[in-house]
Amino acid sequence: MPKPKVAMYWLAGCGGCEESILDLGVDLLALTDRADIVFWPIAMDAKYRELDPLPDNSIDVVLINGAVRDEAQERMARLLRRKSKTVIAHGICAQAGGVPGLAGFHGRDKILQRAYQEVPSLESGGLPQAETQTDHARLRLPSLRESLVPLDRVIAVDYYLPGCPPPPELVKEALFNALDGELPERGSVLAESVALCRTCPRLASKPDTIHLKRFHRLYEVRWDPDRCFLEQGLICLGPATRGGCGAQCLKANMPCRGCFGPLDNVSDMGARVVAMLATLLDETDPEKLENIAAGVPDPAGLFYRYTLAASIIKRR
Amino acid sequence: MGKIISIDPITRLEGHGSLRLVYDDEGRFQDVYLQAPDFKGFEKFCEGRAVEELPALTQKICGVCPTAHHIAGVKALDDLFGVAVPPAARAIRELMHNAFIFEDHLLHFFYLGGADLFLGPDEPMMDRNVFGVIKKLGTDAGARIIDIRKQVRQLHATISGSALYPVCGLPGGVSKAISPEEKAQFQVITQKALAFAEWAVGLFHDRVLEGRHYGSLLARPYMKSDTYYMGLVDADGNVSFYDGTLRIIDPKGDVYASFEAADYLSHLAERVVPYSYMKQLYLKQVGWKGLVDGPGSGIYRVGPLARLNVSSGFDTPLAQTEYERMGAALGGWPVHSTFAYHWARLVEILYAAENMVRLSSLEQLTDSAVRNLPEGMGSSGVGVCEAPRGTLFHHYDADRKGLARGVNLLVATQNNAAGIQLSLSEAARAILAHQTEIDDTSLNVLEMVFRAYDPCMACATH
Amino acid sequence: MTGTEFEPKIVGFFCQWCADAAADAAGRARIALPPNLRVVRIMCSGRVAPEFILQAFAAGADGVLVAGCLDGNCHYKNGNVTALKRMAVLKTVLTPLGIDSERVRRVGIGADDAKGLARVVSDLVETVRRLGPQPRSE
Ligand code: SF4
Ligand code: SF4
Ligand code: SF4
Ligand code: FES
Repeated sequence: MPKPKVAMYWLAGCGGCEESILDLGVDLLALTDRADIVFWPIAMDAKYRELDPLPDNSIDVVLINGAVRDEAQERMARLLRRKSKTVIAHGICAQAGGVPGLAGFHGRDKILQRAYQEVPSLESGGLPQAETQTDHARLRLPSLRESLVPLDRVIAVDYYLPGCPPPPELVKEALFNALDGELPERGSVLAESVALCRTCPRLASKPDTIHLKRFHRLYEVRWDPDRCFLEQGLICLGPATRGGCGAQCLKANMPCRGCFGPLDNVSDMGARVVAMLATLLDETDPEKLENIAAGVPDPAGLFYRYTLAASIIKRR
Repeated sequence: MGKIISIDPITRLEGHGSLRLVYDDEGRFQDVYLQAPDFKGFEKFCEGRAVEELPALTQKICGVCPTAHHIAGVKALDDLFGVAVPPAARAIRELMHNAFIFEDHLLHFFYLGGADLFLGPDEPMMDRNVFGVIKKLGTDAGARIIDIRKQVRQLHATISGSALYPVCGLPGGVSKAISPEEKAQFQVITQKALAFAEWAVGLFHDRVLEGRHYGSLLARPYMKSDTYYMGLVDADGNVSFYDGTLRIIDPKGDVYASFEAADYLSHLAERVVPYSYMKQLYLKQVGWKGLVDGPGSGIYRVGPLARLNVSSGFDTPLAQTEYERMGAALGGWPVHSTFAYHWARLVEILYAAENMVRLSSLEQLTDSAVRNLPEGMGSSGVGVCEAPRGTLFHHYDADRKGLARGVNLLVATQNNAAGIQLSLSEAARAILAHQTEIDDTSLNVLEMVFRAYDPCMACATH
Repeated sequence: MTGTEFEPKIVGFFCQWCADAAADAAGRARIALPPNLRVVRIMCSGRVAPEFILQAFAAGADGVLVAGCLDGNCHYKNGNVTALKRMAVLKTVLTPLGIDSERVRRVGIGADDAKGLARVVSDLVETVRRLGPQPRSE
């Protein structure tokens, strides 16, 4: 029986998900005993043209990280879908757009304009061209899509690995379960669906109801490293975020920013954070409520930090 | 119309890229173009964000060097808020930064560039990877490499919350103090890291320098580009990763300019390249004169070789010895061969390890005072540090409500964009000009040229 | 229809105890509510999750009204206070999402205040008419 085939690829990713594969360490060597890695550009020299002759569905499992930002990434996503039995959206970018999804607040033309025509270090602006004519050839460059979208807006995704990046243990479990054919039903997120608070070392200090007259910004105040952030008036997205990261940021004495994405069947993480924070406001007068809410700097940027591209408004 | 032969994608680096080899109608080689195909727009979508979130936001530019972005970003906040950092926080940040550079350089030496050094350029494509390297070096070496990476990344996680994405940076310090138990643990890990660094340098000498192809490739004329160089140096002119003064030397090695990070705009400028999303930086006052080297051209280079070229060496014994050994072997400083980046990277692995040992035994490392609260907030802040792949600038402008109004990022590999394109054009002309038949080895040597820079395309395009 | 004037589509989340009761009262008193309104009856205004409001806009609404009971009258004690708090926080994210916060309103209505309800709805219709259709992202 030939070894199963595995591939790893990155669309509008950052390399962090690749690092979480490299962090498998000895398990990565164990993986290469069990399977052939046929395509993994950060670590191996195989070229795109090696993928074309592969029969459809001949790759057993492919980990695709990064959202879809441009046309070349879209083509690669479709190609890998065709070549693979199981596609795992690896990391929150592939699952819900990730931080690059924040471009959705500005749109394609504005992000290009800033970088290529406005930044102060430019002496003369310009724009990358879809086609550039040199004396002997025409060089093509992929154009950006109008908006960045999560992977499942371009291809059918079988499983999701949350996190930024997903911890190596989750990646290992997903890969080896896939090779053993022991994955849950298609479409599921390969992590528990319990709020981060449940595994947070500060949970004991989190009262059932929190009453706040105002929010603080991290640079303004000191805080108790053992007590719940929300209870101290510092926004932590833990209650609206899926657990599974080991409360990493909390252990560094910083609040959660929601990189593990929403719990199961939550259609809009930002809206979930809105509802969560609303329960903390200790006022009933509309104007006073508005003042407390106005104390949150850039709420949309914080509540939708990793999931704007998958929000109700943006995914239409 | 001529013909294009592509190396697509280029591999064993961070990020997407392609090489286009252009031939005329008679099949004569004309030139090579490095294309960076993707772009995310961080400089725009960071506008409107709360400034204190930027060090954790901008680091999502690159998962291979996030700590560098976190450090440059939090230093930009220190500047914006006009707040000093207590000794413990400075030590913690530097220890984290050196640990990160140590294991990120190792990532290149073994995982990304390793096949170029330990295996020959004519090695079959399927073996040119970390698995091939481990097969060549043996499973004990493989286990040792995997173990030290894990331990040093664990040290990084203990300080910052994550093995790769630190979140501990705050204007005026860091969020978490180091306990005596953690400090003791760090001292064990950093000693192991130093022993590993010495072993790795020995490996480089025995298996690479003495090997049959590294020396000859390093000496090839097409590997040499007489460019300017830039890097951070401390008060004594030694290499500095975390902070210092920017120093630029001309191709002969004389100091051309010294400036503080805040003045970066009067020295550095960038230009848009139509066929790629990666802009090219050049020295503003020399000006862009095209893909040529020499004192008349504004092309400059950054990163390991540049840091060794601009500095008078290292303030740690083992790194200084290796620096002197390298200088002697390569005819003195500045060294212009692109393949010398690999050796410089090894010298820096030693330096990072020695720094980790020094920093993890500092008295103040376990002080509880790890943050000064800022009193006010200005309207602009610039932070700089040396990322493994080169100098990194974060420039934040903020409004009175503490929301980012303008973000400008000059990111490591972007400083080398013109240098890499120049190296590729020279190498391709030399290798392919009189070849009718293009073989895999020649194409691989071309990739080995840009891999020496350890380029990070996600960073360069952000 | 007077020419091609823009007719805003308004979605009204009406709590059954007060707002919807007021709407029935309007029907009985032949006070016409603007035709732009499409009512979604809910148990209590505290049950309107922020997602519902965003989904209404995604589905084509140009304006959304959340109408519950007056202070102290909520059948479920403080459902209307929950709605008030949620609206205060939701309004801070609407503009960046491309929705003018003037398009969304929360009110408390007396169960028999047909006129008051009619006035609130037509007031929102006029405000949204002035703002024009809710822009759709491409
Ligand atoms: S999920 Fe995080 S680590 Fe993975 S590609 Fe996206 S930003 Fe990088
Ligand atoms: S809100 Fe944050 S700090 Fe509080 S228990 Fe939940 S995750 Fe922990
Ligand atoms: S604490 Fe929150 S932001 Fe931090 S790693 Fe965990 S899920 Fe992600
Ligand atoms: S029943 Fe009307 S608001 Fe609760």
